Amino acid sequence: MPLKILVTAKRVEDSESKIKVNPAGNGIVGEGLKYKINPFDEIGVEEALRLVAKHGGEVVVVSIGTKDVHEQLRHALAMGANRAVWVNHTGPMDQLGVAACLQKVVEKEKPDLALLGKQAIDDDQNQVGQYLAEWLGWAQATFASKEESLESEAEKSKTPAIKLAADGKSISVVREVDGGLQTVESPLPCVATTELRLNQPRYASLPGIMKAKSKPIEELTPAALGVDMAPRLTVTKMVPPPARKAGIKVPDVATLIEKLKNEAKAL
Amino acid sequence: MNFGLSDDEKALQETARKFAREVMRPQAAHCDETSTFPKDIIEAASDLGLMNMTIPAQFGGMELPHVAQAIVAEEISWGCAGMATSMIANDLALLPIIIGGSQEQKERLLRPFTTGFKLVSFALTEPGAGSDVAGLRCTARREGDFYVVNGTKQWITNGEYADQFTLFCTTDPSKKHKGLMCLAVEGRPAGLTIGKHENKMGQRASNTVTLTFEDVKVPLANRIGQEGEGFLIAMSTLDNSRPLTAMFAIGLARAAMEHAIDYSKQRQQFGKPIAEFQAIQFMIADMGADIEAARLLTYKSAWLLDDGQRNTLVSSYAKRFAADMGMKATTDAVQIFGGSGYSREYPVEKLMRDAKLIQIYEGTSQVQRLVIARELLKGA
Amino acid sequence: MGNVLIVVEANTDGSLRKATLNAITAGQQLAKASGGEVHAIALAKDATALANAVKEYGVKVVHAASAAHLEHALAENWAPAIAAAAQAINAEWIGAAATTVGRDVVPRVAAKLKAVMASEILSVEGSGADVALTRPMWAGAVIATVKLAGSVKCFTVRATEFAAAEKSGAGEVKVFAAEAPARQLTKFVGFKEVKSARPALTEAKVVIAGGRGTKGDFKPIEGLADELGAAVGASRAVCDAGWQPNDLQIGQTGKVVAPALYVAAGISGAIQHVAGMKSSKTIVAINKDPDAPIFQIADYGLVADLFKAIPEMQAAIKAAK
Repeated sequence: MPLKILVTAKRVEDSESKIKVNPAGNGIVGEGLKYKINPFDEIGVEEALRLVAKHGGEVVVVSIGTKDVHEQLRHALAMGANRAVWVNHTGPMDQLGVAACLQKVVEKEKPDLALLGKQAIDDDQNQVGQYLAEWLGWAQATFASKEESLESEAEKSKTPAIKLAADGKSISVVREVDGGLQTVESPLPCVATTELRLNQPRYASLPGIMKAKSKPIEELTPAALGVDMAPRLTVTKMVPPPARKAGIKVPDVATLIEKLKNEAKAL
Repeated sequence: MNFGLSDDEKALQETARKFAREVMRPQAAHCDETSTFPKDIIEAASDLGLMNMTIPAQFGGMELPHVAQAIVAEEISWGCAGMATSMIANDLALLPIIIGGSQEQKERLLRPFTTGFKLVSFALTEPGAGSDVAGLRCTARREGDFYVVNGTKQWITNGEYADQFTLFCTTDPSKKHKGLMCLAVEGRPAGLTIGKHENKMGQRASNTVTLTFEDVKVPLANRIGQEGEGFLIAMSTLDNSRPLTAMFAIGLARAAMEHAIDYSKQRQQFGKPIAEFQAIQFMIADMGADIEAARLLTYKSAWLLDDGQRNTLVSSYAKRFAADMGMKATTDAVQIFGGSGYSREYPVEKLMRDAKLIQIYEGTSQVQRLVIARELLKGA
Repeated sequence: MGNVLIVVEANTDGSLRKATLNAITAGQQLAKASGGEVHAIALAKDATALANAVKEYGVKVVHAASAAHLEHALAENWAPAIAAAAQAINAEWIGAAATTVGRDVVPRVAAKLKAVMASEILSVEGSGADVALTRPMWAGAVIATVKLAGSVKCFTVRATEFAAAEKSGAGEVKVFAAEAPARQLTKFVGFKEVKSARPALTEAKVVIAGGRGTKGDFKPIEGLADELGAAVGASRAVCDAGWQPNDLQIGQTGKVVAPALYVAAGISGAIQHVAGMKSSKTIVAINKDPDAPIFQIADYGLVADLFKAIPEMQAAIKAAK
């Protein structure tokens, strides 16, 4: 049974970038930052591509923001997503605004599965998938992972970790939860969110990048979707985390044990 | 004028950079140490489209603009110059077919490279003919629908693994450059002997062998262009590939500079990081300025091709400047590392050994100067 | 007004999960700041024991929701019950520890109540209309102060940042009747426990963690951990390679730990790892590479081969016992 899968591509600061609070304490220093697709979203794109490679179907990628997000949409398209939806929005937004836009896009596109990153590595909230599921009245399977390691044969052969039931009516998801792995079965349509070790995303190949140029990006706006983007979460201040005082190097184990006992009182 | 990269160029660069960082770099030291050709990495690069970039779209290729190819070349050389040389070898060897081949030949000899993993070697240099291309001695004698080839080719990249060879030979050595001809040799025909892998100073991940042709029969249908057109095809190929080799030097120099910056901030002498000493700062400053200058010059030499202009002069500027710059930057990086730089425990001495080859292959720095001088003086 | 509802979580054996007590402390701070009281809700097939286990920790009422559909912490089943309880007590704040259950369920509660939410809060600031919460962003590179608008707000709590609530007289246990959802969505199929005789990573006082430098051999690390009654952790590289179960990964995307003593052996100290352990009280780094970034955040650094140094430490500690 072919699957229609909706994935997301949030534009975030590259995790290799140095994030520093600006002098005004109301944002981060933008200079020298690089941007990329949220790594958890990228894992979602990969899983969707694997599912569609196995079962047939279509992958639609969504991003919300200024025209800059085209870079992330194109990345997902270059990986192999079929087409893109861009919700054109300038200005602040919180998880409610994002989830509401996604809800409207889902209602329009009617996918079988919405596959989102469990969190974005900028605000680290880990909420949007859950909001979306509740507002759609859908099942949710968060933190999708797998038992096999990222060096396993299953990973090398690009087997999807999310399993579609034989009747095509539900998926089985191995969730990474505290203390172990939980397996759940969620009826379609549903929302799933990705954990780090669900898969290793493919590279956007050069032919893929060239092909992505001709794939369509549909433009929508929150207003056209009927979504109020006024945030209810406001960041009033940003500060760097407290710095640790510089440590010392010890010459040998004996000194280390002595320091831990008498100085740090940690033993 | 616009010095920014387009969205596509940024995307290509990101893929090449990621591949260089995550796949090439981790294996670079091992492949260098053991002089191993990493076929799996080369195949992965081919799958990603980091090879065969020049093949026209008409034959299933990407037909990547030269500037975009140059961007990729810098990144893969940053990952490992030896592997990069093996990757770009395909483009170098396919160019003569793109430049001089018939429609039928392009369909037959190019398209298979767009559908699966194949290697092709550019076979020009001989023991007695390096810079003096017109002096080559490998002969081809016409016999009915075949040419019979005899001779030796040296320093042939990927030769041991190649599925195809783009061979330059002569129908008559006395005709010098007017006797040159290009042939596509497929597979391993009888009479072709592949020599042992050369034990090189640098770029040791790249496979390099000698080819010996003894009465090797090559079908007439595989002659690229006409008899006597070989020299023009070879020179035109090198005009196209020179920006890429120049970019290799830039990738190496950038890697050297990054290592030098990291190291000089960590290494303490006289109670402070050596990065705080002007002697070190000046070397790093020169690296930065020279890399940027070389990159802009090389981008221009590639842009001229994309713009349909002849780039012989500027691409020789670029190759000469970048190759010598790469040698200086990597040597200075070893200097900044001091004793550690001379040790194989640290990555910079490899960069220095790798950089040396760029002053030598595809036209030495001296040959580039000759080309530059000839171009500059001919109009006067 | 100003009431706080904390979601109680159980361990796999049904006992009270300690992180709940840290969440209760955060709840008490919010209740004080908002002029309300702390309630808790325990959800299980039979929540009586769990409710009784938590009632003495400074909560006014524990709502015990017992029903078959609440057996596994499935968000679609728990969220309606939690939302109904919150409405019944006029809760302004609804929260839980930022465990995988809390992170899964609380946003769904927030969505149901059209409430806004802050994840992994680190502290509570201000009072009345000015209550603000701090929380990490960009893997802890930024600590943001956030304000939430609306009459109902949700949160999860980074347990290591709040002391565990202490016993302070028995609260009341009230039965809460949770209606089963009209349609059962997600079904629980199974749970595979990653077993460990050692203390849970996030609750251990001492953590010994190994990185790529172990080359997959965790014997010395396990030996030292057993000597100290410590938990074993691992870097991302180790878990990606399949050398250790994913559950042991410490880092921004793994577990966040803050033990009294953290020993990083053969770990280079990538930013994403450091984000998961930098709140540790004392950090020891053992690495062959004198330039490894981990030394920049370590209180005590030892440039040595972990295969030599760790057994030596174990022997020295044993000898001193």
